Amino acid sequence: MSGPQQWRAGLVWNPAELRFSSRSSLRFSSCSSRPRSLSRRHSSARHSDLAIPSRPLGRRPALSSSPPATRSGRLPCPLSTGVLHLFHQRLLPRGRRSLHHHTGSSRAASVALPLPDPLTTGYPQVLVCQGYPQLAVAAPMDPPPPAVVIPREAWEGCSVLLDINDGDRLAFFRLTPGATVKIGNKTCSLQPLVGRPFGSVFCLSADGLVPCTAADAPSRDDSIRDGTNGQTLDETRDNRSLVDNNTAQNLSSDDIEAMKRDGATGDEIVEALIANSSTFGNKTVFSQEKYKLKKQKKYAPKVLLRRPSSRSICETYFKKNPARIGFMRVDTLSLLLSIANIGAYSDVLVVDMVGGLVVGAVAERLGGTGYVCSTYVGSVLSSIDIIRMFNLSSNMVSRIVQVPLSDLCSMQSPGNTPAVLNGGSEGEVGEPVIAPDESAQVSQAQPVDTAVSDEKAQLSIDQPTDMEVSEPSLVKDENPQLDCKGGDGNSNASKSTKSGKGPSPEKMQYWKEHGFSSLIVAAPGHEVESFVADLLPLLSYSAPFAIYHQYIEPLAKCMHSLQVSKQAIGLQLSEPWLREYQVLPSRTHPHMQMNAFGGYILSGIRLCDSGEVSYQ
Amino acid sequence: MMVPLDPSDKLTSRRFIAEGDTVVVYERHDAMRAVAVRAGGVLQNRFGVFRHDDWIGCPFGSKVFSTGGGGVKGGGKGGKAGGGFVHLLAPTPELWTLVLSHRTQILYIADISLVVAYLELVPGCVVLESGTGSGSLTTSLARAVAPHGHVHTFDFHEQRAASAREDFEKNGLSSLITVNVRDIQGEGFPEEHHGAADAVFLDLPQPWLAIPSVGLMLKQDGVLCSFSPCIEQVQRACEAMRTHFTDIRTFEILLRTYEVRDGALKSATADEEATVGPLPQKRRKFTAPGENTDCTQKNSYVLVRPCSTARGHTGYLTFARRLVYDSQTES
Repeated sequence: MSGPQQWRAGLVWNPAELRFSSRSSLRFSSCSSRPRSLSRRHSSARHSDLAIPSRPLGRRPALSSSPPATRSGRLPCPLSTGVLHLFHQRLLPRGRRSLHHHTGSSRAASVALPLPDPLTTGYPQVLVCQGYPQLAVAAPMDPPPPAVVIPREAWEGCSVLLDINDGDRLAFFRLTPGATVKIGNKTCSLQPLVGRPFGSVFCLSADGLVPCTAADAPSRDDSIRDGTNGQTLDETRDNRSLVDNNTAQNLSSDDIEAMKRDGATGDEIVEALIANSSTFGNKTVFSQEKYKLKKQKKYAPKVLLRRPSSRSICETYFKKNPARIGFMRVDTLSLLLSIANIGAYSDVLVVDMVGGLVVGAVAERLGGTGYVCSTYVGSVLSSIDIIRMFNLSSNMVSRIVQVPLSDLCSMQSPGNTPAVLNGGSEGEVGEPVIAPDESAQVSQAQPVDTAVSDEKAQLSIDQPTDMEVSEPSLVKDENPQLDCKGGDGNSNASKSTKSGKGPSPEKMQYWKEHGFSSLIVAAPGHEVESFVADLLPLLSYSAPFAIYHQYIEPLAKCMHSLQVSKQAIGLQLSEPWLREYQVLPSRTHPHMQMNAFGGYILSGIRLCDSGEVSYQ
Repeated sequence: MMVPLDPSDKLTSRRFIAEGDTVVVYERHDAMRAVAVRAGGVLQNRFGVFRHDDWIGCPFGSKVFSTGGGGVKGGGKGGKAGGGFVHLLAPTPELWTLVLSHRTQILYIADISLVVAYLELVPGCVVLESGTGSGSLTTSLARAVAPHGHVHTFDFHEQRAASAREDFEKNGLSSLITVNVRDIQGEGFPEEHHGAADAVFLDLPQPWLAIPSVGLMLKQDGVLCSFSPCIEQVQRACEAMRTHFTDIRTFEILLRTYEVRDGALKSATADEEATVGPLPQKRRKFTAPGENTDCTQKNSYVLVRPCSTARGHTGYLTFARRLVYDSQTES
């Protein structure tokens, strides 16, 4: 096979000779055929040291659906073999993982390997340059701009959120080859979703899920509207003659079953139901629409493919399993992120006892820069499993580290036992709760389902309502978590780019010297005062913090003690209030049902300890 | 630098105030201002006279005292000869919202945070915004898309656009934000952003006029947000959205703040006095502990109640998603 120099485009590197040990590092020598992006990439990352971990990094490739603004791409590449393969993004159509069908040339084909399941193997980030042999690889310390900002199409192995019948049922799935969803009594493969844009609507056909055409993809927004313009004000019909005696419908359930057997589509059944309803004609237009919608949900369910993001994940949990996320509403979460000034290159200290929602949301906002340092009390890691629902790239996942609180506290002032620690022995480390690259198991094909349906007969709800139940059990990590207390005693080998691992000693040292740039505490079952007492000193001066709680008392107490201790300024205890509106011609009003509570937030800004720099 | 563009300008790596920095001078919880530090500069306020030279080299988050003479009232409790003091904070988009000069009505933190979350902004995104106004939201948008994304913001008011541009320049955001002068309601967004925007934000008096153009700019599944104070505007905007958008949702968000203080309540059985100071009334709210020293009583409650004045309405936020192209007639 020819060496790299011959490859002007496409697969650019003969990987055969290159092997990595666990501590290999490469010098990043990025290049690009586009001068504009070249300069930028060089400035940010050219000379970064790149650590190649011995273990797979993350768990998904990020695939492009954005216009080819950059020539770099991230593609699946198994590192477990110790061999690096590089591909050019343009060889792969969107949403495709396998190179088989797209390589075209024999040279390319020679390295077109069937790719392993992305869930069982991690992928490093790979930068590909056209026409250059020197290539850049894998998790630089401060990465170049990602090729993909937001994937717009589902790919095999990604996490998706399915919204069945306008929010009646919301469930996360992973698009593994065997994944299915049960709708009514029908089990449908999720394969038709692969490669489809997020936002697509699917309906149920005899062959399973098929994309809906625009015409038959109603949404809650326009379904009621059609045909009602102009009639809204002179509506004369009302419900005076409506009697609820269960005789209005002339079709029996046997008739409907018969229709189904004859292969009638859901929409045809709905039409028949309307035609055979003796009261339909007397209903108001709005009422007719409601009737139609209700029957449609039952006989012609629609499945909306949604992209998991912190917004949709938080909304879904809040709707279906709010206790799991400590009753944190999406507006509260977004306030926490704003107040804590989360943005690229932040070093965020997080206490996440809301299942990983905050860690995931912060990681999303960091976009593969900075760090999320998730701390926990004692030796038991708090579960941050929800980050699996996000499609975090390996690079983003590598920015999540977990450190016991005791290590952080001893980092601040050696010998100190944190106030929060009662029983837990200091310095004891636990196994990481989450190791995303190992997360893929066949069981992931099972729906991680939060469905709580009103139409029990229609929808399968025998899935447990807790999304974590069907998560795979976690594989033990062969390397115990890095105990950072010893600082210099640790070698570089323990430097990890995986979430769930401790940060490198250098990183700990950096944080010790510079402090974290923000703090978010979301420990809804905990007393927060002692957390804040321990964690506030770890913040850099003038860094903002945001403390979440579902009860006001602990926050009030905490705020009061901060007022007295003068460690912080700009203290504010607040509660967001969110109301949704129905906006329809002549029928605009707040939703009849609203959520009255999304949690409290205590926020402030850390002050300089030495405090007073005075003029003499 | 308010939003780091490089690991080296992250907030934690530079903690000391230098000449040329913008600092937020925190006087009280309701009195803050942005000040550009320059050698020989002087800040004069109700707490006294402050020399910038005294600030240079101090860490952000420091408490600094006036050079005497000034601060006659308030803040004197700190106890140094000079009298008054202030705190010097590093600017963030949230603080900027509180100190910027209002050239228009601005968005505040509750609305801003919801907008950023619902627009699903992450680093690298491209956002279009109109109008720019005073740049309150723009600053937060820039933080969300930094370091490699971009905010293209449009205002039809030339002077306002220039002032905003100046502000962004001062805050080190120029590489993230492009300010353009353009009447979006009249002309729509420029062709060059066709199909390139991850999200679009509209704060226009007649948003429905711009919505067809937004449909062209957004990537599929991209999110539009329209902010309007009046429900009639929302009504018309929603009408206009229905052709190319789905998942249209309208929200109103407010922030309820609470005041926290300590105090004791009289017992119903013992007719003794048990009060520690008067009940709420004129007492300071949830605020400025640095100025408050008289509140360490034993056996007293921590009392909480909502602040009695609050913002009653800001505006309605309508979010909508661009329909995916392939189930759509045209784009």
